[in-house]
Amino acid sequence: MSQTIAQKIFACHAGKDKVEVDELVFAKLDMVLGTDVTVPLSVEVFRRMGAKEVFDPKKVVLVNDHFVPAKDLAAAGLSKTMREFAKEMGVFNYFEVGRSGICHVLLPDEGLVKPGDLIVGADSHTCTYGALGAFSTGIGSTDMAAAWAIGELWFRVPATIKVEVNGDLPEWVGGKDVALFIIGQLGVEGALYKTLEFTGNAISNLSMDGRFTLCNMAIEAGGKAGIVPPDKKTAEFMAQFPEIHYEPLLSDPDAEFIEEHVFDVSDLKLQVAKPYLPSNAVGVDEVKGIKVDQVVLGSCTNGRLSDYQMAADAMKGRSVHPDTRLIVIPSTRDVYLELLDSGLAEVFTEAGAVIGPPTCGPCIGGHMGILAENEVGLYTTNRNFVGRNGHPSSQVFLAGTAVAGATAVAGEIAHPDDI
Amino acid sequence: MEGTVFKYGDNVDTDVIIPARYCTSFHKEELAPHCLEDLDATFVNRVNKGDIIVGGRNFGCGSSRENAPLAILGAGVGAVVAESFARIFYRNSINVGLPIFECPEAVRAARESDRLRIDINKGEITNLTSGGSYTASPFPARIREIIDVGGFEEYVRRRLSEQQP
Ligand code: SF4
Repeated sequence: MSQTIAQKIFACHAGKDKVEVDELVFAKLDMVLGTDVTVPLSVEVFRRMGAKEVFDPKKVVLVNDHFVPAKDLAAAGLSKTMREFAKEMGVFNYFEVGRSGICHVLLPDEGLVKPGDLIVGADSHTCTYGALGAFSTGIGSTDMAAAWAIGELWFRVPATIKVEVNGDLPEWVGGKDVALFIIGQLGVEGALYKTLEFTGNAISNLSMDGRFTLCNMAIEAGGKAGIVPPDKKTAEFMAQFPEIHYEPLLSDPDAEFIEEHVFDVSDLKLQVAKPYLPSNAVGVDEVKGIKVDQVVLGSCTNGRLSDYQMAADAMKGRSVHPDTRLIVIPSTRDVYLELLDSGLAEVFTEAGAVIGPPTCGPCIGGHMGILAENEVGLYTTNRNFVGRNGHPSSQVFLAGTAVAGATAVAGEIAHPDDI
Repeated sequence: MEGTVFKYGDNVDTDVIIPARYCTSFHKEELAPHCLEDLDATFVNRVNKGDIIVGGRNFGCGSSRENAPLAILGAGVGAVVAESFARIFYRNSINVGLPIFECPEAVRAARESDRLRIDINKGEITNLTSGGSYTASPFPARIREIIDVGGFEEYVRRRLSEQQP
């Protein structure tokens, strides 16, 4: 029987030769991720389960990212719980403030995920690691506690939707635009319970940074995972970790896909998703001129050096518009250092932006830039639900970094060519 | 179980079920006063124990926060009936013991303030106001087994205690 990548990963982690779509399996986990928001509840459940130790301290990763540096007393308590738990369990991969960053950028860069892995994380954007050909998906806190305790979880083997993307991307257009476009086409529940497998020459040509952004947003179409079949670019990325051995898995040529979509992106316009759904994607021309109070650059989508570079290029040496605030959040310590080394930190600061510490911050409306009543934001983040980024009446438009840079300068939604 | 319907649309997301600004707590009593605050600020004042949320498609989409089903439970809601559920919310609801039912027919027929009766074990939903009755899609057998032992937490507890005699 021919199988998809997703089926192959589940089969080998469930100790079987093959698995059927919709089959329920218990599968062994290669990595279990938790953050300061989701870990403390898991710790409570873990103890109630009577568990004494985690299944493998090397396969647990705990990241301070959402509300850090602690935004208030309650948040300080969350991190403290996680810190103490990490010590007690001897968790190898515990990331403290200062050495930490947004989990979904941090894990691949720390060599904690590899092609063919089965990964869960108590964070919905765990699907990011599909960019490396892993199957990774979000879970809640009780599932995470169970995963720590027994090292496996139940899964319903998902059907796969194949999304073939062809064509050369136009200037300024990147992974985020492809993601928003696809979500716009499929809808926010178009991939519910399913895996999205991205193929086609536009994906082969897409940088690893772009692939992370694309797979990160699979969940915004309801997807259980997004996967890019491992290829030369994947191998180049993994080459930074010569000690890691892996076997890249690919879908069989005659594997069964529940749906197949073919898109051509040769003429794709820069995309913007209007409030309040990531699927409300339109070409930037349709929303040009809308006044923007705050631009946020960063998050686990578009949080890598090439993203900040693209934004700076779009700003063309100009200052942030006097009626607009630009908040730049380097996603990890390493990315922060890259911003410093490349001179981009200076470029942004001189332009009138503020650079925050690596944190989720404004992406989740936690801290570091909450929107007031009726304010409008343009964010390179991945979600624009009602109230997510501040007051329920505030509105967020989602876009890639080229539009973000241009908008920060123009004070209204703009295309870089307008600057 | 019997309760009054609070009906909402498609894509009720976890950010409106319980905004992140309250997610520094994960205790249902503390979350409850803010349940659905950004979608329907009057909800928590009107809801009575055992009432039923009826949602459209993709209910619970968005983040992995288990605080969402906990907030709903804390508010006293007896069950959620929807056309479909986002997958992490679906898992989390089973794990925290919030009864959820996938039943598009019951959703389409239900109006705000109708009275519903639900037989939780059989998944039978009766609309006492309009008289219609519907059956929700059953849980797959393996999931039913987990629910039957008292939830995933209990399932793991039993597995661990078998390993450590
Ligand atoms: S940056 Fe935003 S989307 Fe990414 S993990 Fe943090 S809160 Fe979630």
